[in-house]
Amino acid sequence: MRRGKKPQGRHKILITGNDAIGKAAILAGCYFYAGYPITPQNELTAYMAKNMLKEKRIFIQAESELSAINMVFGASASGFRAMTSSSSPGISLKQEGISYLAGCQLPAVIVNVMRGGPGLGNIGPSQSDYFQATKGGGHGDYRLIVLAPSSVQESFDLTFLAFDLADKYRNPVMILSDAFLGQMAEPIMLGAKRLCYVKKRWVLGKKERKPNIIRSLLLKEGALEEHNLLLQKKYREIAKKEVRYQTINTKEAEIIFVAYGISFRIAKEAAHLLPMKVGLFRPITLWPFPYEVLQRVSNKKKVFVFELSAGQMLDDVYLSVKDKEKVFFYGRTGGEVFNEKELVNFVLSKR
Amino acid sequence: MKAKFKRPRTLRDTPTHYCSGCGHGIVHRLIAEIVDELEIREKTIGIAPVGCAVLAYDYWDFDCSEAAHGRALAVATGIKRCRPDCIVFSYQGDGDLSAIGTAETIHTANRGENLTCIFVNNGVYGMTGGQMAPTTLIGQKTVTTPLGRDPQRGEGYPLYILEMLSVLKGVVYAERVCVSTPSDVLATKKAIKEAFINQLENKGFSIVEVLSPCPTIWRMKPPQAVRWIKEEMVKVFPLGRVK
Repeated sequence: MRRGKKPQGRHKILITGNDAIGKAAILAGCYFYAGYPITPQNELTAYMAKNMLKEKRIFIQAESELSAINMVFGASASGFRAMTSSSSPGISLKQEGISYLAGCQLPAVIVNVMRGGPGLGNIGPSQSDYFQATKGGGHGDYRLIVLAPSSVQESFDLTFLAFDLADKYRNPVMILSDAFLGQMAEPIMLGAKRLCYVKKRWVLGKKERKPNIIRSLLLKEGALEEHNLLLQKKYREIAKKEVRYQTINTKEAEIIFVAYGISFRIAKEAAHLLPMKVGLFRPITLWPFPYEVLQRVSNKKKVFVFELSAGQMLDDVYLSVKDKEKVFFYGRTGGEVFNEKELVNFVLSKR
Repeated sequence: MKAKFKRPRTLRDTPTHYCSGCGHGIVHRLIAEIVDELEIREKTIGIAPVGCAVLAYDYWDFDCSEAAHGRALAVATGIKRCRPDCIVFSYQGDGDLSAIGTAETIHTANRGENLTCIFVNNGVYGMTGGQMAPTTLIGQKTVTTPLGRDPQRGEGYPLYILEMLSVLKGVVYAERVCVSTPSDVLATKKAIKEAFINQLENKGFSIVEVLSPCPTIWRMKPPQAVRWIKEEMVKVFPLGRVK
C-alpha cells in the first residue's frame, strides 16, 4: 500500500474544481487512475495523466468507460487506491462495473462531473444523475456513498474523505460534481489532511496464506442472501455514522431552502435578496441522505427545493418532510442554470 | 510403489462442475501443472470469465478474481500494472473474449500489456444453453441459428481473433492448439507454458487459443466431439503458431 503525500504547509492556490479533485487524489495516495475522454471532465483526466506519471504512479487512457472502471476494479483488488472519472453518459457505461465493485466489496472513487441529459444531452451543468448515483444506477441491492461538493475547496477536501470512506467500508464512493463546479476556478487552502489507511487482508497477490478470491458470484443455496444481508448491515452502519450536511440560520428561519452542489451556491445568493429570514440546508452526503436532520430543521416551515433537474433529490426531501403540501420545487433542466433572481421570484410567488 | 501421475499441487481437490467430455478440465489442469513447474503459485493471479469457466477459481490454488462479462483483460491490466511482480492471466471463453470483450481484447493486446491470455474456443455459448458465438462455424446449428449459421442471413462469419491480433505490435505470441489427442494436449501445454514464460521474461502480450470440445451443446458423444474438432473445426481455425 502506497502512502499519500502530506501537502506542504498551508497555502492558497487558484485552481479549477476538476484539477482540485486530481490534486487531492494524488495527495490522498491514489496510485491508479484510468479514464476515457468526455466533456466536461477532461481537465481531470489531463491532470492525472501529467501528475500521476510525475509521481511514478499508474495512469491509463482506457479504450472505453467500461474498460476504465474494470481496470480500477483490478487495481483495487490489488489493494491500491484507485479512481476513475467521467461525465453523465460515461457514468452510465460504468454502472455495471460499479455494481461489481459493490458486490465484491472493493473500494474505489468514481467522479461524475454531471452534464445535461438524457442521452448524449449537452455539456452544460446539470444535477440530473441524482437518482442514478443515490438509488443504485447498476443492478442489485447496493449503495454508493455519494459526496456532493458545492465549492472548489470542498471538491478538494471531499476527495480525501472519499478515499478514506471507500477503504474504511470496502465500498465504492462517488464524488458528484457538475460542469459548473468542475470548470470554475476558486482559491482554495491546501491543508494537511488526515489520511486513514486500513490494513487490507483481502487483496490479491500476497504470499504465504490461503488464496484470496475476489468474487460476487455465490451459487450455493442461501449464500447470496447471506452476502446481501452482510452488505445491508454495512449500509446501515454507513447510514448511521456518515451523514454529512450543512445548515445556515435554520433555527430562526421562516422558510428553508434545500439544495446541494452548485445549486446551493445560487440558493444562498437568493436567500440574501429575500425580505424574510431564510434557512439553508445542504446535504453533503446525498447517500446517506440526512433525512432526520432535515425533518427536524424544516419543522412546520415551508421548504423550497432547488435542483438542476426535474426534481430528483425532491423525493428524498418528501421522505424527510413528509407533508408534501409545504414543499415547493424549482428546477432547470437540459444544462441550463437558474440565477438567484429566478429563485427569488419563485419564492415570492409561493407566499 | 511410486506414484507416476498425481494431482498437481496447484489443482484443488474439487468435484468438477463441467459436463463429461468438456475441455475446460484439461486446460485447468495444464495451467496448474505449469504453475507448479514454473514455481509461481505464490505470485500467480487468475481472472475467471463469465461463462462456463466462471467458477475456475474453485479449482486453482492461487489468488483469483472474477470479472464482468468480457472485462477480464481490463481487470488483468489493473492488477498487472499495480503488481508487475505477479504473474497475471485471464481465462476466457469465445463469447467473453471475442464478442462482448472484443474491445478489451484488442486494446489490451495493442497496449502490449505483459499478460497471458488463455482463450478457450468451443464455438458456442455453453453456460447459457448453446447460442451462436462469433466463432460458430458456418452451417453450425445453435439455439439462435436453428437453421445453421448463414452469412447470407446476416449471421456473420467465424471471427479470427488470433489472426486479427497478430498484426498488432503489442502481441508477442499467438498460437492455436486443441486438446483432442494426448499429443494435442502436450502441444497445448507447451504453448500455454510459453505464454507464461513470456510474461516472466516481460515480453508482452501472449495469447493461446484452445479449440475445446463441448459435447453437451454440440449434441455429440465425447469421442465424436473430439473428432469433430480435428475434422471440421481445424479446417476453419487451423492449428499452429499465428505469431
